[in-house]
Amino acid sequence: MAIRDDVLVVGGGLAGVAAALAASEHADVRLISHKQSTLRHASGLVDVLGYPPEGGEDADPIAEPFDALADLPEGHPYERVGADAVREGLALFDDAVGDTYVGSHTDRNALVPTHGGTVKPTARYPKSAAAGLASDGRDALLVGFAALTDFDAPLAADHLAAAGVPFEARGATVRFPGEFRDDAKVTRYAHALDRNEDLNGVPARTALAEAVKPHLDGEERVGFPAVLGDDDPCGVRASLAEKLDADVFEVPMGPPSLPGLRLEDRLYAALAEAGVHAETGNPAVEVEAEDGRIRAVVVDRTGRPVPYHADQFVLATGGLVGKGIDSDREAVREPIFDCHVPHPSDRYDWFDADAFGDHPFARFGVDVDSDLRPRAADGTAEYGNLRAAGGVLGGYDFAAEKSGGGVSLATGYAAGTAAGRAAGGETSDAAIPGDTT
Amino acid sequence: MTHTTEVLVIGGGSTGTGIARDLAMRGVDVTLVEQGNLTHGTTGRMHGLLHSGGRYAVSDQASATECIEENRVLRDIASHCVEETGGLFVQRPEDSDEYFREKLEGCRECGIPAEELTAAEAREVEPYLAGDVKRAIKVPDGAIDPFRLCVANAVSAENHGARIETHAEVVDLLGDEDDVTGVKVRHESGPGKREHATPGTTEEMHADYVVNATGAWAGQIGDMAGVDVEVRPSKGVMVVMNCRQVDTVVNRCRPKGDADIVVPHETTAILGTTDEEVEDPAEYPEEGWEVDLMIDTLSELVPILEEARTVRSFWGVRPLYEPPDVGSEDPTDITRDYFLLDHEERDDLRGLTSIVGGKFTTYRMMAEEISDHVCEQLGVRGECRTADEPLPGSEHPGNLDAAMDRFGLRSPVARRSTQRLGSRTEEVLASADPNPVVCDCEAVTRAEVQDAIASAGTDLNAVRIRTRASMGNCQGGFCCHRMAAELHPEYDEPTAREALDELFQERWKGEVHALWGEQLSQAALNYALHATTMNRDRDPARTGGVDYAAFDDGPGAPDAAGEGRGVATDGGDHGD
Repeated sequence: MAIRDDVLVVGGGLAGVAAALAASEHADVRLISHKQSTLRHASGLVDVLGYPPEGGEDADPIAEPFDALADLPEGHPYERVGADAVREGLALFDDAVGDTYVGSHTDRNALVPTHGGTVKPTARYPKSAAAGLASDGRDALLVGFAALTDFDAPLAADHLAAAGVPFEARGATVRFPGEFRDDAKVTRYAHALDRNEDLNGVPARTALAEAVKPHLDGEERVGFPAVLGDDDPCGVRASLAEKLDADVFEVPMGPPSLPGLRLEDRLYAALAEAGVHAETGNPAVEVEAEDGRIRAVVVDRTGRPVPYHADQFVLATGGLVGKGIDSDREAVREPIFDCHVPHPSDRYDWFDADAFGDHPFARFGVDVDSDLRPRAADGTAEYGNLRAAGGVLGGYDFAAEKSGGGVSLATGYAAGTAAGRAAGGETSDAAIPGDTT
Repeated sequence: MTHTTEVLVIGGGSTGTGIARDLAMRGVDVTLVEQGNLTHGTTGRMHGLLHSGGRYAVSDQASATECIEENRVLRDIASHCVEETGGLFVQRPEDSDEYFREKLEGCRECGIPAEELTAAEAREVEPYLAGDVKRAIKVPDGAIDPFRLCVANAVSAENHGARIETHAEVVDLLGDEDDVTGVKVRHESGPGKREHATPGTTEEMHADYVVNATGAWAGQIGDMAGVDVEVRPSKGVMVVMNCRQVDTVVNRCRPKGDADIVVPHETTAILGTTDEEVEDPAEYPEEGWEVDLMIDTLSELVPILEEARTVRSFWGVRPLYEPPDVGSEDPTDITRDYFLLDHEERDDLRGLTSIVGGKFTTYRMMAEEISDHVCEQLGVRGECRTADEPLPGSEHPGNLDAAMDRFGLRSPVARRSTQRLGSRTEEVLASADPNPVVCDCEAVTRAEVQDAIASAGTDLNAVRIRTRASMGNCQGGFCCHRMAAELHPEYDEPTAREALDELFQERWKGEVHALWGEQLSQAALNYALHATTMNRDRDPARTGGVDYAAFDDGPGAPDAAGEGRGVATDGGDHGD
């Protein structure tokens, strides 16, 4: 069985999905990914640019990210694709997620409380987090669950006060009603609320509201750890809000992150709607190439190598976290296409001695030209019909900048659009439409 | 502020805490001071090997005999700190038959049970041994948790009335050129249980007798007293692997050399080590080639180590000592024997004895000898009971599993807790309700963390060494913040935050020696979780000055989905 598409996107995270959606406007697209994407590790927030890349650890958060894009250094992915691609990437995202996300009403960043108790700048936030914004002056009660060790509400509230937020935050710890084991998974709480399970004779949403009520002291909004439903988060929040007579929001959390999982579901639904054929579970292991062009990506299907042919390819396998970039004691590499990854030869030069220092490893990734084509060590394009997007790109530290989501969307959009147009015969391989540089 | 005690012990490692326990049990009033955590120096930086003595059976039979004797004692009195893994001395084709024979005979001469195994038999014990190994000698090596052991000694000492003061650095000795009468310490502690005084203050502690049990730091205390204690600190690297590639201690059967041992330790295996003299026990280079040497050389014995995941590396310094005039060039030639230096006899300085050299496995025997010596000086008559009386946690071994069912923990979690807590299991686990898992990698629950906080205060590194929380594959990425949260509300937010930062940085320090492959991926994830998800790298609570009004405060008006906000704000537009 020959597998042949116009565009093959390798990688199923935010960048891969954006590329596939963008390419699907112009061509037939297939997306393949090996494992679950790192979205389940992420908070579900989509950052564009929260801090200047060279601002150091004392930099102030950026309120107007689009104003700051012009100052980015050469080689930064945003510099490569230009500000228009960032807007287009966000528009594509807004379209895909519909009313489950907020932020498109403004160019400004929002400050969202984190489960560690700080606030962080972000461009798009789940609707579930909307009532929690730090610039909103309403007092807040944070509620934690005694058995959920990732979020200590009283500590987070004190931390928010230390961060100088313009409202009063208080924290309370309650027992989640019902009989749950002490180390129940977050999805267990979410499903109980989704299904409004009977917990010792009381529906879950009512029982939770009743547990919180005695702690409420006139606050107009109540924040919970991000476990308020998986299938029906709107319904869960609405019920709790009604019973508590206060707005209800979620504080984004670390892995496994329900907002991240919900986003992933949403994005894959959008892929299906766009007619993209998405398949997961098998790793891409190598490529077939000829005359400087990729002919096929070979996928290992339970031990059997299967070539996936296409006219254009997008590499969106993620960075070090997602294993799109790999390393050993000697070197750093991109394992599927074997694209060049610039890095110091001595592994002791890959990190900074401070845990939050300026880590070279954080910038590891493929080096691309302004068409997002990975470049070999000599600066020439590795392949005429391969583009890269998202975490696999080098030259930026998404964690320090708070730019991961935005870079994935902007470069995914740009790479996918270019690949789709080239595959559809609209342009030659190399031209990236809307290239503003 | 002054304090008076009969004996002041400097050094909170195995020797110091062992001495404090021994003396306290004999009814002596003891105070112990330690510049950092318990085990801060050498004890916390070893590979956790409980020697059978096999290692010294050729080169140093006196040490070998002491080891097997103490090995048996520790299995008895510290059963909850010891894992009886057994050990192998493995001969590769290039290793000499002559030495193999000497090792086997040496073990027998020293009373160490030793059995020769064929290559096939050895691989039955350790399936991951290289295919070409020739044969092996089986000995009763074991693994021991030095943290748990030290803490148990300190707790026992306290139970017998001793004062244990950590984070108290000796900055001067009291007395004159003829007589040491105490020490002056500077308290470095933050708030919490580690305090007896305000941080930054100094305290004079008067004592009838002072024991210098500071190991590699003994020369520095000697300098304060104006006497020469010629310790020769020698560094060794240890590389921590992600899981137990071996379940027995695997030694290379050859005379001496770097990178010749793998010790299974809790959920990990630890590769060791090098032996290189350094100037300063606290400041020395930690180099990548040392890490590479461990992996490359030990892969000859256990080939999967080449591909295995390395989680961190750490270095320790041995307090080597040799009497004047021996003049060894190579630190591996220096004896592992211990020496009791009575400074009155040696330097005409009354009131001070140093103990130097020695091995972790024989710490109790050293403590006994020095305690005998001190008692003689003080005219105290008390019998040493440390070889017979179990340490706290090891009093009632066995029958713990049945008790575990009551706590509703998943069985692997319960098993780990039981192993760590020993006979204190019931008491500790009954103290927290609910009792969720705080550290997933090492299966450490809230109850254990709270129990450790009760004795260690805000020092999360001390909590770590008591519980193993944050010592697994994620190296604290997923649990450091949870551990810090356990400090609140007893301790305030800035204290919890500072403790978190301190632990996170400490974990990072060792991780950097394993930053490739899986562990680099893990480090990148940890960095992302703490920097991206929590914004801890640019925390506004630290940087301050955020202009909140300049940021989005939401779309403002009640939205179409009917989830209106309780109060309409100014419309969400502050303008430019």
